[in-house]
Amino acid sequence: MSMTATAGRAHADPHHIGLVIEHPGPAPKRIVTAYGFWVFLLSDIVMFSCFFAAYAVLVGQTAGGPKGSEIFDQRNVAIETVCLLLSSFTCGMASIAADVRNRFWFYLGMAVTCGLGVVFLAIEFREFADLVSRGYGPSRSAFLTAFFSLVGCHGLHVSAGVLWLLTMMAQVFAKGFRADVLRRMMCFALFWHALDIVWVGVFSVVYLLGSGV
Amino acid sequence: MLGKLDWSAIPFDQPIPLIAGAVVLFGILAVLIWVVVKGHLPYLWHEWITSVDHKRIGVMYILLASVMLLRGGSDAIMMRIQQAVAYQSQGYLPPEHYNQIFSAHGTIMIFFVAMPFVIGLMNLIVPLQLGVRDVAFPTLNSVGFWLTATGALLVNLSLVIGEFARTGWLAFPPLSELSYSPGVGVDYYAWSLQISGVGTLVAGINLVTTVLKLRTKGMNYLRMPMFCWTTLASNLLIVAAFPILTATLAMLLLDRYLGFHFFTNEAGGNVMMFMNLIWAWGHPEVYILVLPAFGIFSEVVSTFSGKALFGYRSMVLATMAICIISFMVWLHHFFTMGAGPDVNAIFGIASMIIAIPTGVKIYNWLFTMYGGRIRFETPMLWSIGFMVTFIIGGLTGVLVAVPPADFMLHNSMFLVAHFHNVIIGGVLFGAFAGFEYWFPKAFGFRLDDRWGKLAFWFTFLGFYVTFVPLYVAGMLGMTRRMQHYDVAAWRPWMFVAAAGMAVLTIGVICQIVQIVVSIRNRDALRDRTGDLWDGRSLEWATSSPPPVFNFAFNPDVRGEDAYWDIKSRAQQQSLEHEVPEYHDIEMPRNSPTGFVCAFFATIMGFALIWHIWWMVILGGIGAFATFVVFAWRDHDEYVIPADEVAAIDRVNIEERRSLVSMAGTV
Amino acid sequence: MNLLDPQGPVAAANSTILVDSVFIMLAIVVPTIIAILGFAFWFRASNPRAHFQPDFVYSGRVEMVVWAIPALTVILLGGVAWIGSHQLDPAAPVPGTGSPVRIQAVSLDWKWLFIYPDQRIATVNTLTVPAGAELNFQLTSSSVMNTFFIPQLGSMIYTMNGMVTKLNLRADSEGKLQGLSAHFSGDGFPDMMFDVDVISPLAFPDWVAATAKSDAVLNEESYKKLMQQGIEKGRPTYRLDDPRLFDLIASQHIPPGPGPELISDAGRPHSGGHDAR
Repeated sequence: MSMTATAGRAHADPHHIGLVIEHPGPAPKRIVTAYGFWVFLLSDIVMFSCFFAAYAVLVGQTAGGPKGSEIFDQRNVAIETVCLLLSSFTCGMASIAADVRNRFWFYLGMAVTCGLGVVFLAIEFREFADLVSRGYGPSRSAFLTAFFSLVGCHGLHVSAGVLWLLTMMAQVFAKGFRADVLRRMMCFALFWHALDIVWVGVFSVVYLLGSGV
Repeated sequence: MLGKLDWSAIPFDQPIPLIAGAVVLFGILAVLIWVVVKGHLPYLWHEWITSVDHKRIGVMYILLASVMLLRGGSDAIMMRIQQAVAYQSQGYLPPEHYNQIFSAHGTIMIFFVAMPFVIGLMNLIVPLQLGVRDVAFPTLNSVGFWLTATGALLVNLSLVIGEFARTGWLAFPPLSELSYSPGVGVDYYAWSLQISGVGTLVAGINLVTTVLKLRTKGMNYLRMPMFCWTTLASNLLIVAAFPILTATLAMLLLDRYLGFHFFTNEAGGNVMMFMNLIWAWGHPEVYILVLPAFGIFSEVVSTFSGKALFGYRSMVLATMAICIISFMVWLHHFFTMGAGPDVNAIFGIASMIIAIPTGVKIYNWLFTMYGGRIRFETPMLWSIGFMVTFIIGGLTGVLVAVPPADFMLHNSMFLVAHFHNVIIGGVLFGAFAGFEYWFPKAFGFRLDDRWGKLAFWFTFLGFYVTFVPLYVAGMLGMTRRMQHYDVAAWRPWMFVAAAGMAVLTIGVICQIVQIVVSIRNRDALRDRTGDLWDGRSLEWATSSPPPVFNFAFNPDVRGEDAYWDIKSRAQQQSLEHEVPEYHDIEMPRNSPTGFVCAFFATIMGFALIWHIWWMVILGGIGAFATFVVFAWRDHDEYVIPADEVAAIDRVNIEERRSLVSMAGTV
Repeated sequence: MNLLDPQGPVAAANSTILVDSVFIMLAIVVPTIIAILGFAFWFRASNPRAHFQPDFVYSGRVEMVVWAIPALTVILLGGVAWIGSHQLDPAAPVPGTGSPVRIQAVSLDWKWLFIYPDQRIATVNTLTVPAGAELNFQLTSSSVMNTFFIPQLGSMIYTMNGMVTKLNLRADSEGKLQGLSAHFSGDGFPDMMFDVDVISPLAFPDWVAATAKSDAVLNEESYKKLMQQGIEKGRPTYRLDDPRLFDLIASQHIPPGPGPELISDAGRPHSGGHDAR
């Protein structure tokens, strides 16, 4: 038997690739799902990077309108940042609770995450509404166009995340910690953390660099 | 209530789109009535529309592509006739109509013919070649397909309700901005691409994950068939490039809908940013299309030469090199925008560098044929036709990558001829080769040989008669997208090109006849072995058509050309087939999620185009609800009992055993 | 409009590079095509004299050669591209006899406006230039993008609103040439062809003097009329009122041209102005 296996191998390696580590076969579902979701997140980050690029190109095009330093409110941004970073922590807590199938901590973690997300969105909405009411809406200048789009795109993601979060909670309530629910929870957690990373970019590129100009 | 929509949206004053639309509508209705009356609806619903089987979805992708090929082809015929007659006259198409036609032609051919065709083939074949039962995310796969179909539907809807973009297939601003294109055309364009783009992204994620995470035991990376490699490269490009398209179109839509200033002339918008962004997607897109075609040719040339692919490692390297370099050349689409000589030269040279791995591929196919025993079946004809044609397209491509030459040829008919040369000669020939090659695998009977070869020869000749004159017209200074012209020197070439279009049309008719004839003679053309072409990769290791679970046992791969290897070993060792022990197989359950989701996406897209805001909200809620319902279901898999698997597999083994004992594989 | 019949040094150099590149590539493309057809024919399954070598699937030497051939070709062509891009940069000077002629081209919907700021004249859809002199073009657009291209003089360049691109050309022999827009710009796009009259350097001042007598005056007001969408079959000429007109256009002091005039609610706009049909 070992003879034939060797013979088979020699035949099977016409291109001199040499010894290779044998592939064990298809990965389990959990890995596959997470992997696919990672790939999605990467593509989402590519999309964000387009808006970042657009912002970088258009940041100087104020068309007589306000510059970043004239409209950014550092205090608000600091609160927003704290909210999001804390929510990442509570989201992590909820993930751990889901893994150990602890409903109480799961609901608590998710609820706090949701609350922090909503606070973030509320502050952002107020910032936008305030700017628009002062006549600094996205149609005022290309700079404001890029600003509203980049920050708004992140905000939309957070809103979608909140919707997803509530759906997740409802699902755990209805279905318990089933394998597919846990997989979704893992994806949600990845999504939420990725939004945090994007926010760090938004925060640095838009608000920190912008307020200096 | 209905936003911008009213009766004036229907072009009663333009007979051509109205009649075309009516005929199509009538055709669809007739088919629907036939389906319902004959009682096929339950079958269609259960076996196709809600199917999450990658093979079925692949077939539906290809069907969609074929139907849209006819639509895009009709546009092409109209354009060629217009340019043949519009010398010192307006021809028969007024500009607002002609401009829609060429915009629709480009959009349709790229997004709704080439894309679904290659994605369909990848869907159909890649899981089989990897030796697995399905793709990574079967339901998402169905969603992806139906969203693509939604995009196609919206594009066709623009024929009768409203208008399509009159801006060219990439809708360059500022022309595509609200001030210069106030109609709904650009909105149709952008929303159909946004929706189908999501579908494409889903397909891309799915196939990347499938190739990277779902391979059968022993299927190491360097044992994957070439088609799997090119699929991987192509889908990596989809994942990295399509978000750029989504973002760019989103910016354009924000400009149009909410008065943003990304690309407007006013308030500091920047049109050059659009050019950069759209081509940062657009150039990889070319390789998204052509890489799978390269994979198909690799499979076909190797199979019909009776040899393993020459220089497999080189091919892998070349594929991945193309994958990476394709992101570094986008600027060659606008050398004439006045970037400095350093920038132009660097991007020119980078573009040429892509020709190196591409050239290597051609040579490797060449040496695969060397020392082979070449059978000239129809797929092989397409492959050789491709090699010859693609080299010429490559030559003209490298030529326009030389900036000073591009200063003369940019946007000319020469360029039009060049990209048709690579897209028809590369992607379409590849799609046809794959179609002929894998049709028997999908349906269990082969396609009629005679009509297939006729189709090849007419298409091949028709291609040259159509596009060589366009090269010449480009050298005579003719630019693209001319609704009429007054230059006498161009006229004869437009006549010849129109004649070539007629030959191409005959080629397409031959294809249709081939399919009809083959379906009628399917019993005579039946293939019971599952391995019609004496194939080398695992898709041939199962029956044709494969059972829903593809393989009763996930194959154990011990080398390259996995199935060839299995066949050789079976012969050398003349192993008696032991009676294997069958197990239950779990398969994903069918789901209408994709179809329902696309239904709401269609509503939403249509409502967005016409500014019917309540309907947008309705569509959005519907789509979300669909996903929630999907997430709520309790059983997402069903079990095929072991004895059913056994019954199906035994038939397959019987047929195969007789084949292996007969075939001269070594 | 034959690209291979250049009437100026830029076009001549462009087309030389074009032809040379084709021949460099043909040197490997032709043998490759012959090899493809030859191998395919010789190794047909029905040929008993062809030697079947199923194990010939790897050869380091062949691999070396197949990577080297395209690589060498690209190195050669890359050199051509690098040198060509620098020598034929559209903004690079093209020395000529006599004093250079400054021309400011504006693409309108859907016609070309040529302003001669030094001569204080302007023309529409006809470009008159002296043979042998360097032609310094500055280009912009009143609205959408276009590309300025005179095939027999070489090198096209984009025109964009709010931006100025530069192009230098020279026409060597007298005669009539044609130019066009090489970037689709809307319904009137095919009518954006323009005449190029290359006249003798001696006749040029006379032409300028004659044109300067024109009754029509080009100023901000008449320019705004001119930039309305529409095609122009005639060849109007103008006296130029303000030589800074081009700067006003390029810097957007004169706002971009309007789009279609009539918009029906149904999303099918009736495009304004192309009434020439």
